[in-house]
Amino acid sequence: MSGRAQKGSALLDALAQVGACALFLLQLLRAVPASLRHFRETVRQVWFVGAMSLVIIMTCGLFVGMVLGLQLYYVLSIFGGTAALGSVVSLSLYRELGPVVTALLFAGRAGTSVTAEIGLMRATDQLSAMEMMAVDPLAYVAAPRFLAGIVAMPLLACVFNALGIFGAHLVGVTWLGLDNGTFWSNMTSSVDVWKDVVNGVWKSVAFGAVVSLIAVFQGYTTPPTSEGVAYATTRTVVFSSIVVLALDFVMTAFLM
Amino acid sequence: MELNPTRPGDSGPALIEVRGLRTTLGGKSIFDGLELDVPRGRITAIMGPSGTGKTTLLRHFTGQLMPDAGSVRVDGHEVPRLSRAQLFRLRERIGYLFQNSALLTDFDVFENVAFPLRQHLRLPEQVLRNIVLTKLQAVGLRGAATLMPDELSGGMARRVALARAIVRDPDLIIYDEPFVGLDPIALNQVLKLIRTLNDTLGVTSIVVAHEFSAVARIADLVHLIAAGQVVASGAPDELAQGRSPWTRQFFGGEADGPVPFQYPARDYALDLGFPAGAA
Repeated sequence: MSGRAQKGSALLDALAQVGACALFLLQLLRAVPASLRHFRETVRQVWFVGAMSLVIIMTCGLFVGMVLGLQLYYVLSIFGGTAALGSVVSLSLYRELGPVVTALLFAGRAGTSVTAEIGLMRATDQLSAMEMMAVDPLAYVAAPRFLAGIVAMPLLACVFNALGIFGAHLVGVTWLGLDNGTFWSNMTSSVDVWKDVVNGVWKSVAFGAVVSLIAVFQGYTTPPTSEGVAYATTRTVVFSSIVVLALDFVMTAFLM
Repeated sequence: MELNPTRPGDSGPALIEVRGLRTTLGGKSIFDGLELDVPRGRITAIMGPSGTGKTTLLRHFTGQLMPDAGSVRVDGHEVPRLSRAQLFRLRERIGYLFQNSALLTDFDVFENVAFPLRQHLRLPEQVLRNIVLTKLQAVGLRGAATLMPDELSGGMARRVALARAIVRDPDLIIYDEPFVGLDPIALNQVLKLIRTLNDTLGVTSIVVAHEFSAVARIADLVHLIAAGQVVASGAPDELAQGRSPWTRQFFGGEADGPVPFQYPARDYALDLGFPAGAA
């Protein structure tokens, strides 16, 4: 096969994947009402993908906030504008860094485990067993994990933002001596709840849906082999990261 | 969708009728016009060399796999034409024992067996508990109710899967390799259980297995599948004494016969680096 033919074939494969994923989303949405019967399973999944991701989200949020505080304090001090530290940090976190970094961490922590779990269920015939017991695996396995991602992501992004602001405060106010009142008052005066906070929440809801969809789809359609599951988990992280960053640009353009 | 109930000993019309079944998987022809009946209320064994499509045939019965051509009728319902909802209603009356047990790894033994009941019936917890423990007692694993699947041996997992397959008292039970990994005591009990379910409840049973001595103790009818067709059918003792090359080779365990022992391959000598025909 020539190089051009190979590229064409790869492109067609990629388009087929996108199409298959879109069809899977339709099936998933159709299974959502039935999945509400398994409400406890959805709650269990929120705990699994949400609460179990808290440590990594909190740790990363804290350090991202500290780095932001340090870097911005340094840059702002050149212009004598360190008083704006609280505003700049909070706007960066609410509008961009919070939803985006949380989504990337969420894909790495929760997305991969969802893909591996469903992939192994596929490889060990557990999904087929459910089908044979007249239980729809889309409603029992896939939809609860999809919904859990949508619920957990905005909550995790809020925790990330809170820890980020705390980290920036720690560096800017506690260590570098910026006035505490200035930090908070400038922040509260420049942050708009609807334009900044709520738009950030919308982004994290969308990212949660996209990452969960990719994770569930990759697990559900993986070849039932150990190699297949390994590739599927890798694809979850790679595809999620690319789609989150691309979607962030699109949403930012529309929400500004 | 209900499968018509059967009385013990009632043969009636066949529960499953397969006509002109053609299936190709991965470019390989599995069935080439296969025809087969599974009589109602009887234990039917499906036997044949490895890779002849026995499990694939079971997947056709339950609508997990659609044929390329031909008809698969279960209790009068043309399975390939059923909608997903109709298929699920049909499956509610079928118990299926998977070749690899397929236990749900998040649940312990009790919850695995209880799973079909919890999903489809609203039973008081005490009633549900008693049903599950009764089935676990039948397979000798009531004491293992709190164990997780990864704490079970292969044979124990198989017996748990068997308890799960029969927990809703289905009208049709499909056993895919039910005797693998069982010690002689467990094997004896499982054979008795399959026979008892059939005799007392009129359940139709389909058993896919390689252990002819075990099959011969319980099966009313054996279908021998090879080369994409049913090559012999009859009672176990008839087949054991059959004179056809298929039955002689399969039940005699001979390497030479119509079923090649070797998977199709190029010349052995060429593979070893010698001139063709030298090996």
